[in-house]
Amino acid sequence: MNELMRQLLFLPEQASTFAVKVDKLHYFVVTVTMVASVLTGLIATWFFFRFRERRPNASTPIVSASHRFELAVISVPLIFFFLWVWVGFKDYIWYVTPPKNTTDIYVTGKKWMWHFAYPDGPNSNASVTVPANRPVRLLMTSRDVIHSFYVPDFRIKQDVIPGRYTETWFEATKPGRYRIYCAEFCGTWHSQMIGEVVVLPGPEFDAWMVKQKQGLAGRVDSSGSGEEFKGDLATYGRRLAGAYGCLKCHSLDGAPHIGPTWVDLYRRKTLLASGETIIADEGYLTESMMDPYVKVVKGYQQVMPSFRGKLAAPEAAALVEFIKSLRGDNLENVAPKEPVYGPVERR
Amino acid sequence: MAQLNVVNEELSLPKVHYINADRGLKSWLFTLDHKRIALMYFVLTTVALLLGGIFAMAVRFEHLTPGPTIMGANTYNRMFTLHGVVMIFLFMIPAIPGIFGNFCLPLMLGAKDVAFPRLNLLSVYVYAVGAALALYGMVSGGADAGWTFYAPYSLSTPATLAPVLFGVFILGFSSILTGLNFIVTVHTLRAPGMTWMRIPLFVWAIYATAIIQVLATPVIGLTSVLVAVERIFGFGFFDPAHGGDPVLFQHMFWFYSHPAVYIMVLPSMGVISEAVAAVARKNVFGYKMIAYSSLGIAFVGFFAWGHHMFVSGQSALDNGAFAIISMLVGVFTAIKVFNWVGTLYRGSIAIRTPLVYICGFLFFLVFGGMTGIAVATVSLDVHWHDTYFVVAHFHFIMVGAVIMGYLAAIHLWFPKMFGRMFHEGWGMVASSFIVLGFNATFIPQFLLGNAGQPRRYYMYDERFWVLNVASTAGSTLLAFGFIIILIYLIYALKNGNVAGDNPWDLKGLEWNTSSPPPKHNFDVTPTVDEDPYTYQKKGEEVEHVVI
Repeated sequence: MNELMRQLLFLPEQASTFAVKVDKLHYFVVTVTMVASVLTGLIATWFFFRFRERRPNASTPIVSASHRFELAVISVPLIFFFLWVWVGFKDYIWYVTPPKNTTDIYVTGKKWMWHFAYPDGPNSNASVTVPANRPVRLLMTSRDVIHSFYVPDFRIKQDVIPGRYTETWFEATKPGRYRIYCAEFCGTWHSQMIGEVVVLPGPEFDAWMVKQKQGLAGRVDSSGSGEEFKGDLATYGRRLAGAYGCLKCHSLDGAPHIGPTWVDLYRRKTLLASGETIIADEGYLTESMMDPYVKVVKGYQQVMPSFRGKLAAPEAAALVEFIKSLRGDNLENVAPKEPVYGPVERR
Repeated sequence: MAQLNVVNEELSLPKVHYINADRGLKSWLFTLDHKRIALMYFVLTTVALLLGGIFAMAVRFEHLTPGPTIMGANTYNRMFTLHGVVMIFLFMIPAIPGIFGNFCLPLMLGAKDVAFPRLNLLSVYVYAVGAALALYGMVSGGADAGWTFYAPYSLSTPATLAPVLFGVFILGFSSILTGLNFIVTVHTLRAPGMTWMRIPLFVWAIYATAIIQVLATPVIGLTSVLVAVERIFGFGFFDPAHGGDPVLFQHMFWFYSHPAVYIMVLPSMGVISEAVAAVARKNVFGYKMIAYSSLGIAFVGFFAWGHHMFVSGQSALDNGAFAIISMLVGVFTAIKVFNWVGTLYRGSIAIRTPLVYICGFLFFLVFGGMTGIAVATVSLDVHWHDTYFVVAHFHFIMVGAVIMGYLAAIHLWFPKMFGRMFHEGWGMVASSFIVLGFNATFIPQFLLGNAGQPRRYYMYDERFWVLNVASTAGSTLLAFGFIIILIYLIYALKNGNVAGDNPWDLKGLEWNTSSPPPKHNFDVTPTVDEDPYTYQKKGEEVEHVVI
């Protein structure tokens, strides 16, 4: 029965505990809606034929309602409506009250991608890995405009708002991959702000997490720089910056030195020696490590060595993440302090 | 009714009526006649409807394939913005009050004009200026924020938004002036003997609408100006980067825009009350209940706005309260539906074009209303919010109910306005296209919403493809229906058979004068001694039925 109704109504899979709960009310409401509107249509149509005009301009009786009829007309819909409100609100309260001991994940929405971070290390874009049959709580904020985190298979949706944290939670019941959409219009590629939730069975998730915590550099990769590291990318980047000697020329206190300071460098509008103005995004930062003389900042000498072939890809990423983490006062911090997140950027 | 389509040699138009009483462009541009002002609204809002329809078709054709079809992402975003703004601010809100409110309300009350004819003329010009500014602003500036202008997106989009926001601000004044005029007219210009309980239900509906127009519209004006000012001068009202609150915008926006739904739908409900009584030749079943439920909807409609924000992060308690208030709107609507169906009972029902629209209206309003109850059920809305389910739901109300009422009004009062009949056969054909096409367009969208397709998606997942194609196919039927109507109505303006003053022997005061009416409406001020739906012949014994 459940499966039949779900397919008839084109509802997606029921992959969370909330989905199973909410769909029952869904079937009930939709069935009553269908029956009521079709019945109204049929009764009206039946009246058209039963009471059709038999001679033009006929007289008609005066029909009035008894109090009993009026009472029924008011109370029958009211009973149905309030029943739905009651059940719906009860389910909703259950849905906005996460249980204790949730696995917390921080979510950042920005045009047009989802960023996920676990409190103890790994980060990812677009794809988030969660355990099955364990409650997962998402703490969400936005870097720019309002987005809305929507997973149809879980029947959950929550707006993601700049300058605030909102939360939602779910308990996935079936391992698999589920689509994430952005449901609040956010600009040109709103429809491509998609991602997926990867649900792994509990033990597999734990194993995955252990592997993630070993850190990017700890994994066996082509770079061969097999130094063991535990922690997040930015912390790793700070260590690398020391080890590679970056900090001999780039300051971390905002003062210009032999090279530009790294504080607030990320996304800064930068005037180049060529007269061109660029924004110091990830692409630019990486390019400057590899080809430092292509875009030299105005007022600085061409003294930086190239790190092409010296930095492994994950190391360059870690340095970029470290630079991104260095934010000064000209970014307005309107978000609450606790989570590990970037503040809202001033446009 | 059949004999009406046969040329009746005896009938002829009155020699002098409001259309030919004065001649020349100036006599139209500076007219103070409520009937001519109604025709000006008719022309302007028809242009808006056509434009909005073209934008809608552009959106539908874009969705023929999951990827890019006929336009780029930014063009698509502009198209649905144009569609929403034009349909809501330029068509839905002004159409029925502007055309039929202006034309019929004074006639139905037995008045010579509205209370403030100059303000009435001003409202048309304010509308025209606001509409022109909004359209110019959207086309030249590439507005892409949707008709909802949610902050902070509307503050940060590279498109130019200030002109369209000021356009909406100006359009608001037109709406307020119209509403104010109608309130005063109903209070002061009723014919002798027309007590409050003898006012036609269309007038009650317009009266309830006018109250919302006057009280709620200033809020949207204020909100759009705040957004424009924040965009231009960088004040931090809604942008969190400047200490503003984006959710505050949503509260302010929906504080107007939810009651605005009733600005759109209440007049349509009033039309249906008239049309049901007219085609069934019946007293309205539960007159008082219909009249008071209009006021009830207008009142509780003010306190239901938060149901647009169940997943916005507002408090859970708010969500529960807004859900309960929303249900009250549902109950008032249900009362009306019972009463319309009850009016058909024991009637003498003429199978004419308005009947098809009444039938469509009843089905769409119940289905649209009940799905409204469904999305006002908080836990269910979490899944449906901002998906095509919501799109389908509000199109059921705004197209299904409002436009059915609008078309029923055209077909009910066309002979009164122009003195000629449209072709009944084509009327039936077109109305069938409209009702079927509408279902085919929007029922697939309910299913798309269930399946999880978010709204305002330029590209969508391939699994949504079939339903999208079905919806587009339905929309072409719908468009075709509108084109047929436009053609036979324009044809009927000059070539339709002369209708006679009261072709269907109806009882409202508007039928108690010539068609088209003279400039001053009534040669003798009518006196009223019975309710407007007394279809019992004098002298015959009247049968009373209580159910």
